[in-house]
Amino acid sequence: MNDGYLNFANSAVGAKLADALGLPKPIVLDRYKEGQPVIKGSVLVGGGDDAKLLPVLAKIFKSIGAQTVAHRQLPQWLPLANGAGLMSGRWGVDDQPGEKVKALVFDATGMTDSTQSDALYEFFHDAARSVLPCGRVIVFGRPPEQCANPRQATIQRALEGLTRSLAKELKRAIAVQLVYVAEGAEDQLESTVRFLLSPRSTYVSAQVIRVGTPVGAGGTPLNWDKSLAGKKVLVTGASRGIGASIAEIMVREGATVICLDVPQAQPGLNEIAAKLGATAIELDIGAADAPQKLVDAAKADGGWDVIVHNAGITRDKTIANMKPHFWQMVMNVNLSTQERINDALVESGALKSGARIVCVSSISGIAGNNGQTNYALSKAGVIGMVQSTAPVFAKHGVTINAVAPGFIETQMTAAIPFAMREAGRRMNSMSQGGLPVDVAEAIVWFANPASSGLTGNVVRVCGQSLIGA
Amino acid sequence: MNTIRRVAIIGGNRIPFARSNSVYSSASNQEMFTATLQGLVDRFNLHGERLGDVVGGAVMKHSRDFNLVRESVLSTTLSPQTPAFDIQQACGTGLEAAMIVANKIALGHIECGMAGGVDTTSDAPIGVNEKMRKILLEASRAKSTGQRLGSLAKMRPGMLVSPTLPRNGEPRTGYSMGEHAELMAREWNISREDQDALALKSHLNLARAYKDGFFTDLMTPFKGVAVDNNLRADLTIEKLRSLKPAFDKKVAPNQGTLTAGNSTPLTDGASAVLLASEEWAAAKNLPVLAYLSFSEVAAVDFFDKKEGLLMAPAYAVPRMLARAGISLQDFDFYEIHEAFAAQVLCTLKAWQDEAYCKEKLGLDKALGAIDLSKLNINGSSLAAGHPFAATGGRIVATLAKMLNQKGSGRGLISICAAGGQGVVAILEK
Repeated sequence: MNDGYLNFANSAVGAKLADALGLPKPIVLDRYKEGQPVIKGSVLVGGGDDAKLLPVLAKIFKSIGAQTVAHRQLPQWLPLANGAGLMSGRWGVDDQPGEKVKALVFDATGMTDSTQSDALYEFFHDAARSVLPCGRVIVFGRPPEQCANPRQATIQRALEGLTRSLAKELKRAIAVQLVYVAEGAEDQLESTVRFLLSPRSTYVSAQVIRVGTPVGAGGTPLNWDKSLAGKKVLVTGASRGIGASIAEIMVREGATVICLDVPQAQPGLNEIAAKLGATAIELDIGAADAPQKLVDAAKADGGWDVIVHNAGITRDKTIANMKPHFWQMVMNVNLSTQERINDALVESGALKSGARIVCVSSISGIAGNNGQTNYALSKAGVIGMVQSTAPVFAKHGVTINAVAPGFIETQMTAAIPFAMREAGRRMNSMSQGGLPVDVAEAIVWFANPASSGLTGNVVRVCGQSLIGA
Repeated sequence: MNTIRRVAIIGGNRIPFARSNSVYSSASNQEMFTATLQGLVDRFNLHGERLGDVVGGAVMKHSRDFNLVRESVLSTTLSPQTPAFDIQQACGTGLEAAMIVANKIALGHIECGMAGGVDTTSDAPIGVNEKMRKILLEASRAKSTGQRLGSLAKMRPGMLVSPTLPRNGEPRTGYSMGEHAELMAREWNISREDQDALALKSHLNLARAYKDGFFTDLMTPFKGVAVDNNLRADLTIEKLRSLKPAFDKKVAPNQGTLTAGNSTPLTDGASAVLLASEEWAAAKNLPVLAYLSFSEVAAVDFFDKKEGLLMAPAYAVPRMLARAGISLQDFDFYEIHEAFAAQVLCTLKAWQDEAYCKEKLGLDKALGAIDLSKLNINGSSLAAGHPFAATGGRIVATLAKMLNQKGSGRGLISICAAGGQGVVAILEK
């Protein structure tokens, strides 16, 4: 679970050697430490014609305490920012680049035709060399599927190509995202902007996120550093690895956590629960009566706010060699069980209004993987489940989203043979594996009470893996 | 003949001030002043606008910056048809610039204008060695190659390593500004304790003003900086007490009271204000923060008569009060530039001194004391720093906003300047 090459490439000798041999040079990623500000360093704001989100962004930056400067293409930014109580200014003097910034934010929501793309060139051309390591880039657009006409939908869809290329080009662990904001969903943006600008999203890059009109009773956390204060959260597969990290981060965010795992994992489960002051439930979620047991437990507990479907298994074999029970077990635990539990919890009312379901998919479910037909089938199924149940659960005020981890440093990936492990680790824009906490931070973002505008999203935590883009 | 019009202060802008040789060490005067003017243009949406005039200056200036203000204007999004010129009156530059623009507006010569100032002691002009300069000039006057080589042959290696450096001192006395202020503190018997207390208040007031967001619409960030980096929000009186005297060696050995804590540091920064006629402001739908109604300048004979170098504001203020027909106590705010805590305290003490007011200022009686709770309530130069020519613009904008927040009232500005000069003004709402 320890990436020795990362340390080596960041040593004095190692850095020289990596340069000389043209080896990948991963840099140590910024990671969130409790109590630190959302972003350290300035945010450079740009935008195309009729940029619609600027007033909302000014409010959010004020709330975050972010220092902003505007590209000369947005002369209207300063009075707008001042109006929101935010000190701001122009980036650079006399058309020269200004200071290095930690983030670039571009509002493309007003773009309605492909001939308007010059503003994008101007902004990113001027600023590309001025982003600090571990910087952030966010481009805001309108969901193409909701655009009024084909021209508008076309330029909005085109943004994906830009952000994915920037994510590869900017290097130095700079993460780039595209956020499609539906009309009327402008007020739902804050949790997403906070997540994407902060070190919490360090291993998330080249993603497309859709923010829509709010689902259910959400709210703004009183304290953004304790975003889940007073919330009850169930985490399955919590005895180790990513699940244990999710439980830990949920506790950090102020949640009351219920850790669940199979009876065989009892020692690890009890250890984690004791360490975090969480409740432990031993349950084989694959069993037929598991959904009802969870409904009963949730009701006895006064209802739950967040369900994290982290439990998952692999039983790898090429399909020609695979025994039927490998196939069935993986499908049951990874997918069918989640479907049954979600349906039971939502229909019984065991979830509170404004509840969040967060599933864990996998890069395998997106790209496919040799020897993982069963696993990839189940994990692609999770994506299907998230997308198909989102509108159904929305009627109950419940959101459902998924994270799809790429190469994460866990006991599971440590067991992969060296050559394959190194390939998995390096073949992404960050040239390194992620940590369980990176997955946990993304889940906490979906679970945030202010994330009511997020449902049906699948966000990869993969450092822009070259596979399955 | 036009009637005299009221002069409206629409707004101001400055970049955060930074201690010399810190974050702005590579920034030029022109870069800083352009950024400041551009912020003002952006704030009031004046892109492409032809202003009546832009007046400003810098105390420390490269010879290449002979047209500093005009060049800065050309780098902004103002109309290139906006005229501009440079002035220089040491630390009074910024306020004097505002007075010049205000007078033009008052007389109806122009409708609107900007005034300001900028200074850097980081990107300072360094001249070549004086002997070497003379040789180079001689060589350039030479009529033949032989003569030229003859001149250049007089150059010596030592000339390269002893350039002419700018200095912060009075040419006539040879004393630095701090030494003069130390002399004044001795003359008026100003204690170290009182100076430190004033310095502490300046820092705490400025820190509170930032916390309240007071400067949000008076400043634009520059080079990633959003707060004056001289500000010590956690400053304590103990810390101030621990500092050693800084200007005592020549003038008051072992008895100095001025320290780095109760004196302003060398600072880089820029500021500007937007002034206009009421008609122009109304036509542009721009708010009026306050009006600049009176101004006055004075100078003292600090050489022959040995008057305190920085005492000129003590003279300027009563003359202005007489013209305005008001007393020193008729103000809601006092903005007395804190070149040194001692300068402020000497001035206040002088106004309370019957003999001084009668003999020196030619008044019937002492001007009296002011309500200290109205003095520099959002901090001043001891905390913010003092980029010489930029201080006037900082104070005008700060006071105008304070008057606007209060809704009505009157504020006094007093700024001392090198050469024994004082520049003062009254703002009203």
